[in-house]
Order: sequence, then structure tokens, then C-alpha cells
Amino acid sequence: MRFVFKRSYNDDIKLFKHRTQMFWYLALLIFVVALPWLIDDFLIGEATNVLIWAIAGMGLMVLAGHTGQASLGHAAFMAIGCYANVIMLQRGVPFIIAFPLSGVIAGIAGTIIALPVLRLHGIYLAIATLAISILTDDIIVITAPWTGGVGGLAAPPFDIFGVDINRYGTPILFYFLTLVVTLLVLWAYRNILRSPLGRSFVAVRDSEISAQALGVNITKTKAISFGISCAIVGLAGALLGLFAGAFNNETFNLVLSIQLLLMIVIGGLGSIHGAFFGALVIGFLPQAIAITRDGISETFGLGTIIIPGIESGVFALILIGFILFEPRGIYGRWIKIRTYFELFPFYRKGMFKRQKTYLKTERMK
Amino acid sequence: MSFLTLENVTLRFGGLVAVNNVSFHVGKGEVFALVGPNGAGKSTLFNLISRFYDPAEGDIRFEDKSILKLRPDQVPSLGIARTFQNIELFEQSTVLQNLLVGRHRHAKVGGFAQTFFTPAVRKEEMEHRRIVEEIIDFLDLQPYRDKYIAGLPYGIRKVVEMARALATEPKLLLLDEPASGLSLEETQDMIFWIEDIKKHMGITVIMVEHDMNLVSAVSDRVLALADGKELAIGTPKEVQSHPEVIKAYLGSSGLDDKKEGAKK
Repeated sequence: MRFVFKRSYNDDIKLFKHRTQMFWYLALLIFVVALPWLIDDFLIGEATNVLIWAIAGMGLMVLAGHTGQASLGHAAFMAIGCYANVIMLQRGVPFIIAFPLSGVIAGIAGTIIALPVLRLHGIYLAIATLAISILTDDIIVITAPWTGGVGGLAAPPFDIFGVDINRYGTPILFYFLTLVVTLLVLWAYRNILRSPLGRSFVAVRDSEISAQALGVNITKTKAISFGISCAIVGLAGALLGLFAGAFNNETFNLVLSIQLLLMIVIGGLGSIHGAFFGALVIGFLPQAIAITRDGISETFGLGTIIIPGIESGVFALILIGFILFEPRGIYGRWIKIRTYFELFPFYRKGMFKRQKTYLKTERMK
Repeated sequence: MSFLTLENVTLRFGGLVAVNNVSFHVGKGEVFALVGPNGAGKSTLFNLISRFYDPAEGDIRFEDKSILKLRPDQVPSLGIARTFQNIELFEQSTVLQNLLVGRHRHAKVGGFAQTFFTPAVRKEEMEHRRIVEEIIDFLDLQPYRDKYIAGLPYGIRKVVEMARALATEPKLLLLDEPASGLSLEETQDMIFWIEDIKKHMGITVIMVEHDMNLVSAVSDRVLALADGKELAIGTPKEVQSHPEVIKAYLGSSGLDDKKEGAKK
């Protein structure tokens, strides 16, 4: 067991709790930076994909994990980020301006939509955001002069300070671009969590009534959370557009919204780690299924059979498994394993059992 | 200048009159207790003062200003803090984080600076922490500082909730049943704390409490309520021996009448 001896209030504010923790995260950072020299270009593409998912996951985590507001409409804000970015690039705006701006645009759109929508709670909020997701498809088709409608758009080539970055031509540079964005988002997210804003998000999630009694403006806090969430998801959308190369109204459909939500549930709601674990699952699952399928076909000499919907099926099974056996997701399971070894041999089985909560103050609504 | 004044406050839920034409004022530096049987409207009065409910009639003034135009989240900025009967802590956070949320009304740096965690944010965080630590010291919460609420026993949660209210640096503290569910020893601590809050911090306290030992030990004045109506107001002794109050608590079973009849 480790005992962290704190000498200053700053010890509770800084990003790493102790030296060992810092060492492991630095080791991880060195690993991801060295990754292009360890694996081939195809796998680097996959890794980029995972990072994009992780950014989107962090975006939704701000809202669903830390503010407690579920959204089934976040694909819409990915779409806004993606289209805004590409439309600006097409009109000659340099990437270094267009990219952050696309996040800002998605964030503003999110805040405007949040103000009426976030008056709803729970399942009603989910339905309202579901509507946003469905509407996006139509809006993209209607605004065809800008968005290309059903025909879609192709991501134009772009450069940062004269260095051309292309998903196919220079996959490693694209990987590093995504990595830098991931790290910046991660850093901002951590900063928000350790400052008053992040605490007010968690306060709204855990008890709106006492958050209010401490002076937290619920509507404003939720709107800010939605805005930040949409801005991050917008950045992920912009990267996804550039990564995919071409996209149309069907790229950002309802399934993407649902996948985003499932990803953070599987990863572990309420932790940044959860977004990354979820992204790993969702990023590598299609590959894993394909490899398994080919393996089975080869072993039994069945030729290539393609079972329709197998991906969704496996995904659904994993999700059901998590909800039944580990509602706190992969990160929750990891915490349990870690605690087991930290406290060995004093770990008790009931340690993480959810207590029955005491009667809550009657909701005054 | 009056500190807190309620003037002819009435609140109805449909046909039920929860608070019926209640008027009282609380002076600065006073410990004021609300007592009464279940459903008397004590907690409802708290919810009126913290603006969760709108009164149908009447006025509530704090430091001579009506607070009826404010939203619930604007009330704390006046210096009014409260606890809840059923404990409303942020369960997935540590004690320290809970208390830091109490500092919310004093947060000055903007969200943009927070995103980049500028030196100004760090400086302010340290200042919040310093004040929170004072409260942790005052209420002996040091062993629980980094513990999650979800794993804490009930008695500690009560104290944490009071600590969180104190972290807002209030002028007026509303305590909803501070001693309910506490052991004898914990109640004794609570008595000391409430006295210290009054004497050393200069905070005015209004509390709802059933434990008459606690009420008579700490409160300067007591208001007894039943069915939303004022029964009696005065020192703890006066109120306890008031015939209307005894009737409300023990019921008017007509026992006294029978006794008198028997004598005859």
C-alpha cells in the first residue's frame, strides 16, 4: 500500500498524484509517440481511428459522465464540426484556424440547442436529443449547396505551416496531429475537472437540489457542459471527416450517436479513462470480429460467409454483459483489480457494493 | 434593521395549507429553533426561505430586502446556506470536493481561465482550500478528508453537510434536523458546534429539530408550529410549557376533560 505524504495544498491540485503515477503515464506517452516505428501504416490508421473515438468519447463524457445528462444526439455535433471544418478548408481558410473554429461552432450550436432541450430530464432528454440526431440527416440534405447533400463532400488536402498532412500519403503525420489534439483535449478536460466548473458539473449530476442551494445555476451549468461537450465532439467530427476522406448525410447517423454513448458506458461512465477504454473496444472490435470470422472459416473450411449484423450483435452482447456484471465499465473493473492488489490481503468482496442510498429529499418538481 | 423577516407567509399545495399565515423575525446572532410534529411545515418554511417554493401570499425579507424575486441559486450569494433533512451530498465525490463545491459562490475566475488552469485559478483554488481546511479543523473531519461520501456513516455525513454549508461563509445557516439519527455523543458534539458557530463565527442559525435537549441547550428562541400554523414563540422553556404546544404533541384526546369529569 502506498501512502502519499502531502506537504502543500498544491499536492491535491497537480495532475499526477505521485511519482509512480507520473512515471507510468510518461511511459504510456513515450509508447504512443513511438508507435509509428513499432507498427505498420495500416495499424497506425487504426490507432488514429481509436484516438478520434477517444476524443469524441471525452466530449460525451463531459456531458453524460460528469454532468449526468444523457445525449443520443452527439453525432449531430460531430457532423457540425466535420462540415464546418471542411467547408472552411474548401474556401481557403488555413487548417490551423479552421479546425479550432469548427470546434467553437459546434460548441455554440450545442449551447443554443441545450437551452431548451436541457429543461428535460432523463429519458425525455434522451428522446429530445434523439430527435436532433434524426433531424441532422435531413438538414444536411436540405442544405445541399454547402454540404453536398446526399452526394457528400470530399475532404480537401490541407497543410499546417506548409507541411502537407494526408491520411493516406502521410498517415504518421495524421496520427501525430490526432495525438496532439487528444492530448490538448485531455489536458483541458483535466483542468476543468480540478477547477470550480468541473465540481459544479459533478454537483449537478449528483444532486441538483443541493447544487442549487450552494449557488450553482443549474440551467447555466448544464448549458456550459453541453457546449464544452459539443465543442470537443465537434473537433472529433472534424478529424473524422479528414480521416474518412469523404462523407455524406449518412456518415453521422443515429447509429454513431448510439455507438458513442455505448462506448463511454462500456469504458466506464464518470472517468476520463473510460473514454479511452471504450474507444479501444469500439475501434478494434470490427477488426477483432473480422479476424475471428476469417479464422473460423479457415479452420472449418467454410469459405467466407458474411453474417449480416454480426458487429451490432456482438456489440450488443458486450453491452448487456457490462450492464449486468460491471455497470461501472472497464475502468470500474480496473479500479477493483487495482484495489485488490493495493489492499492485499485485506480486500473484501463487498467493498464496491453499491449502498442503498438514503431517502432523497423530495424532488421539488 | 431586521435580519430575517417572514411576514404573513402562506403556502398551499392544492387544497392543503402547508404554511398558514406565518410571521416571525430572527435577529442577527440568534439561534432560532422551529419545532412541531411531523407535517407542521417546518421544512417547508426552509424551502420557502431558500426559494424552492413560492409563497402564495406574504413576504420574506433578508436584511430588509425581499428575496422573493430571486432564483434558488441566487439565495446563497446573499449569505444564506442550508442543510437538508435527508442529506443531499454529492455521493461520488470526496468530502474535500463536497466542501469545495460550497465555495462555489466565491469563485471569481472565468471558465476560460479554468480550462487552461492559469496561475490565477491555482491561486484561488489554494485560497478556497485554506478556508475549507479551517472548517475541516473546526468540525474534526480530518480523517475523512479524502474519503468518498458513499462509504461514510450517517453521522459523519450529517457533519459533512453542515461543513459544506459553512464553506459558503454564510451569515444565516439553516439546519434541517442536525441531530436526527445521531448518537448521544454526536449530538453532544453538535451542541458545542452550534454554540461555536453562533459565538465565534457570528453566524445566525435557524434549525428544525425534534430533539428537545438540543433545542433547549442551544436556542435563544423557539417557534412551535402545527399544521402550518404558529402555536407559540418564546424561550425554549416558555414554548415547552405552552398548553397549545403540549396539546399539539400529545393530542387533545380529551384526557384532561375526563380527569376533570372524574374528579367531579
